[in-house]
Amino acid sequence: MASPNIAPEVRPGQFVHLKIPSLHDALLRRPFSVFKADDGRVTLLYKDIGKGTHSMTCLAPGDVVSLIGPLGTPFPIHEEGSYPVLVAGGYGMAALYLVARAQDLRGTAFFGGATEQDILCVEEFEEIGWEVIVTTVDGSLGTRGLVTDALDPWLAVQEKSRRPEFFSCGPNPMLRAVAERARVNGSTAWISMDRSMACGVGACLTCVQKVSANNGAGWAWARVCTEGPVFEAKEIVWDDEGAEC
Amino acid sequence: MDLSVQIGSLRMKNPVTVASGTFGYGPEYAELVDINRLGAIVVKGIALESTPGNPTDRTFETSSGMINAIGLPNPGFKGFVDQYMPFLRRHEVPVIVNIWGRTVEEYEGIAQAFDTVDGVHALELNVSCPNIKEGSAMFGTCESSFRRVVEGVRKQTTLPLIPKLAPNVTDIRLFARAAEECGADAISLINSIPAMAIDIETRRPRIANVTGGLTGPAIKPVALKLVRDAASVVSIPVIGMGGISSAADALEFIIAGASAVAIGTANFVNPGTALSVIDGISSYFKTHELTTIPELRGTLQS
Repeated sequence: MASPNIAPEVRPGQFVHLKIPSLHDALLRRPFSVFKADDGRVTLLYKDIGKGTHSMTCLAPGDVVSLIGPLGTPFPIHEEGSYPVLVAGGYGMAALYLVARAQDLRGTAFFGGATEQDILCVEEFEEIGWEVIVTTVDGSLGTRGLVTDALDPWLAVQEKSRRPEFFSCGPNPMLRAVAERARVNGSTAWISMDRSMACGVGACLTCVQKVSANNGAGWAWARVCTEGPVFEAKEIVWDDEGAEC
Repeated sequence: MDLSVQIGSLRMKNPVTVASGTFGYGPEYAELVDINRLGAIVVKGIALESTPGNPTDRTFETSSGMINAIGLPNPGFKGFVDQYMPFLRRHEVPVIVNIWGRTVEEYEGIAQAFDTVDGVHALELNVSCPNIKEGSAMFGTCESSFRRVVEGVRKQTTLPLIPKLAPNVTDIRLFARAAEECGADAISLINSIPAMAIDIETRRPRIANVTGGLTGPAIKPVALKLVRDAASVVSIPVIGMGGISSAADALEFIIAGASAVAIGTANFVNPGTALSVIDGISSYFKTHELTTIPELRGTLQS
């Protein structure tokens, strides 16, 4: 999408809030992580999984859509002395390409999906110097299993001096598994959370996530659209759903 | 042309405001919208003490609308005054604070607390939130409870008082009349309509609170009818809302009897909706050679 005002402002991990004009009875905008933002254009990576994304496949060149953005808190640059590791589940790599490009060090990226068709853009990460390690649940591409089935053996053979710093986007159980690896490792993990949203700008309080807080309860709500979507994993207070380890 | 609306001591320079809960406390939209152009800003509901609100999921999109059960999370009276009033005082837009409680005493307490806060121009009384377990919804649907809370709050404040009416009552005229008799300066309606949605695979409700309130264009015809009913029995101003997303929608409400309108869910879709409604009303007035709101208000032809 040509968007000369938004594209130059986008920082890694931020999102745009998209109104799909042909979707008559669906009212709300949809949030999408920005995949690329170059030359006045904003590129999104999406999967045709519902009403909204399906009608996006019907858009033709020249059609006009409405975007609000860039929104949300971006990913940081990795700490000095750490080694950046990307962990993407499903279309999570959409939020991580700009992260990969922004680092001063080329690291290692783990992409996990259900099947070969879910693994996208490997070449694009490799072109900018990243090592990409792929897993699929059905074994149709890369190692068979979950992304952690590749991440764990990799972590086990890293030299102690190589301190990984995680940047992750994907389904919650995967994010939680990455958070757990970071905790055990004593390293930092940044995770981008995916939530349905209404306003996208911090007003409606739909997309809230529990984070740790110094109050009586020990937690408070944070808005994924505003304080997030990127959080440091150790801030997250996970609900009962288990990690997929 | 003078599109101003007077509600007690509150003067709105135009008849367009925003519905409580859809515009945060002001700063959330200030980067996208010139909030000084609004007739007034209605902030998200405030109670005496801070509350975290409901668990997630809190909203679900439905055909031409959405269901929400946010549960009135708010920073409490002190938190609101400290965190947001400095921002609001720096702007010239009049501030209407939406207040709520669980008991008559809590309503009285919050009304009294706001009575002396500099920069607050009116109080909207939320007696009709469908998503609070105790109190609030009952005050909106039981006439004697409604009268008790409006009378009680009236004694605690000299600010213009605007009870917000629930749509899910047998005869909304009873509540409109009761509000006027108990000293309200205006009424606002409608609040969201109790609703639910179910995931047929898991057989679980789509929102954690099980039920919520339906808003958006889906409810506009219902809201319009209730505004007409309410406006027909009171002489105080009516602020109409429910699914308004264009100037044409807003003009329907004014013809039905509303003196002012509020934009709600449409803010989420297009943050500039309220401003385009103001512009659209102006150009309609120009085209139809109208100069004041009363010339159009309640002029429904039979």
